[in-house]
Amino acid sequence: MSHTDDTLPVGVEADPIADPGLPAHHWRPTDVDEKAGKRAERQVAALFTLAIVCAILFVVAYFALEIGDNVDTFLGMGASTVALGSALGLGLLFTGIGIIQLARKLMADHEMVEYRHPAASSEEDREATLAALNAGLEESGIGRRPLVRNSLLGAVGALGLPAIVLLRDLGPNPWSDEVVDPENGGGLEHTLWAEGVRVVRDVVGTPIKVSDLEIGDLVNCQPARMFETDENGHPLVHGVDLQVAKSKASLVLLRMEPDDITPGRGRENWTVQGIVAYSKICTHVGCPISLNERTTHHLLCPCHQSTFDLADSGRVVFGPAARALPQLPLAVDAEGYLIAQSDFTEPVGPSFWERDSQ
Amino acid sequence: MRILNRTAGRLSRHRRGPLAGLAVLLTGLLLTGGLYAVFTPATASQAKTDDALIAEGRALFLVGCSSCHGLNGEGIQTDREGVNYGPSLVGVGAAAVDFQVGTGRMPMSTPGQQAPRKDVLYTEDEIAAMAAFVASLGPGPAIPSPEQYSLDGLSEEERQEAIVRGGQIFLTNCTACHNFNGSGGAMPEGGYAPSLKGVEERHIYQAMLTGPQAMDVFSDGNLSPEEKRDVIAYLKSIEEAPEYGGFGLGGLGPVSEGIFAWVLGVGSLVGFAIWIAAHSTRSKKDKVEA
Repeated sequence: MSHTDDTLPVGVEADPIADPGLPAHHWRPTDVDEKAGKRAERQVAALFTLAIVCAILFVVAYFALEIGDNVDTFLGMGASTVALGSALGLGLLFTGIGIIQLARKLMADHEMVEYRHPAASSEEDREATLAALNAGLEESGIGRRPLVRNSLLGAVGALGLPAIVLLRDLGPNPWSDEVVDPENGGGLEHTLWAEGVRVVRDVVGTPIKVSDLEIGDLVNCQPARMFETDENGHPLVHGVDLQVAKSKASLVLLRMEPDDITPGRGRENWTVQGIVAYSKICTHVGCPISLNERTTHHLLCPCHQSTFDLADSGRVVFGPAARALPQLPLAVDAEGYLIAQSDFTEPVGPSFWERDSQ
Repeated sequence: MRILNRTAGRLSRHRRGPLAGLAVLLTGLLLTGGLYAVFTPATASQAKTDDALIAEGRALFLVGCSSCHGLNGEGIQTDREGVNYGPSLVGVGAAAVDFQVGTGRMPMSTPGQQAPRKDVLYTEDEIAAMAAFVASLGPGPAIPSPEQYSLDGLSEEERQEAIVRGGQIFLTNCTACHNFNGSGGAMPEGGYAPSLKGVEERHIYQAMLTGPQAMDVFSDGNLSPEEKRDVIAYLKSIEEAPEYGGFGLGGLGPVSEGIFAWVLGVGSLVGFAIWIAAHSTRSKKDKVEA
């Protein structure tokens, strides 16, 4: 066991345990055999040279191989992808193996002992620092002039005001007059559904007749307004407004055997010949759900496995959701198309601060 | 004019002959039959009549299907309310039979949550016979014709449009269960939505039309035949798209890919690092101090 020339810290005895029982040091072949040492040196140099070759191969492959035309040359992967990845990967690997070989065979490998030092600074250093700090406070006069001290504290504190104003603008106030807009489905408590709004198929935007649907059909729907255009053919709802409207108004519509449905109290006339409609937004954290089992009418949210029974007012049958899925009351208009009787009777989606727990 | 009069007179004399009525009747019958044969060649040349096909299908049904679905396809109830040993097949239509038997899902080896795809046990003719029998139990969707689901007739431009529209429809209606890549996914109580990779166009179409097992129905009033074909066009397009990133790992999503990277990728790197640092040869000789 060899010691470093590390000076012993104050109060530490040299070798408190004279013989801790460590095994005797054995030298490596490269330490005692000149030939082995030379061989290891050549190995390390060869590995580093291989790394250089790989770097050059990478550049060659980059310019030589076409990208896009040969997408499945090697094991379903592109020639360029494989060549670039292998060259770079092997280059790094050879460098790494070379360094490890160097460390294991050639670098010094005797054991060392390093003594612990106290973590704190020395007494003199601490006293000098405190003296300098007190001198600074004294000379600045903050302690003697409370007006300066208090106004400085006020100035730093006032910097919080711009931060509050900026953070407030990160999103609209959900209860401000410009957001709460029952007519246009704005705010947390309203959607684009309203009395007489037609239920249309998502993506294509076509209205739905009762006779279109067979028992067992599931349709993803939106309010008709989402697909309406003005006289110039521009959509009425677009951009961010469309995304927000969609995130609240999305609907799953199902037709099941009328006898299977257990209508909720006061919801007896919310269905049309076995057709029911529920919000597509999970009441737990608001994932869109349409993972439905036709045989059980259970709608499952893939995020946290909340399960809702669509034959029974969207009741929660499993999972972390605390509230049933909001149901949309349905009716049929004079032309035979499905319409909403009203907006959802409760806010859709997850709970929020002001929402009561019903 | 004279000659014409004379011919008419001769015909007129024959008309009153004893065999005239019979000759007219025979000519009429031959003409009707001949014309009928010319204008409806398909039905006229079909070897089996519908009744014979249904009878053959019924015979096959009694042997292979009735133990679960009942002797007349009425289904068999179990003790638990609302749970069927085998559901009623009245009104499921020929398309359902063609899908279920044509993909090997039926007959099931045991009743259970999932009917997995397996080897097809019946020939095409036998499946057609069973489909005819089940279709005779009640009105239901018929087997779609190739024009409805085939993409062959589409021009390149139409096909691109179909892929775009089909993709939107697929992402809205299908991805919840079948994954954005059509790789399938887990369902409650041990079931799963199967992968859609490599499934025949006809069977994708019939699955949407009939809603097999726990799947919802996408009848023609829900998704029009063109929209169904668009979904098929999208599925075929992602099947044909090359995997630019190399191994797709089944396209199951970020969780499976993350597990692969952390367990296999980082794990093998750690293992390799331990391995190269594990061995160290030592000599018995002492160092000769220079």
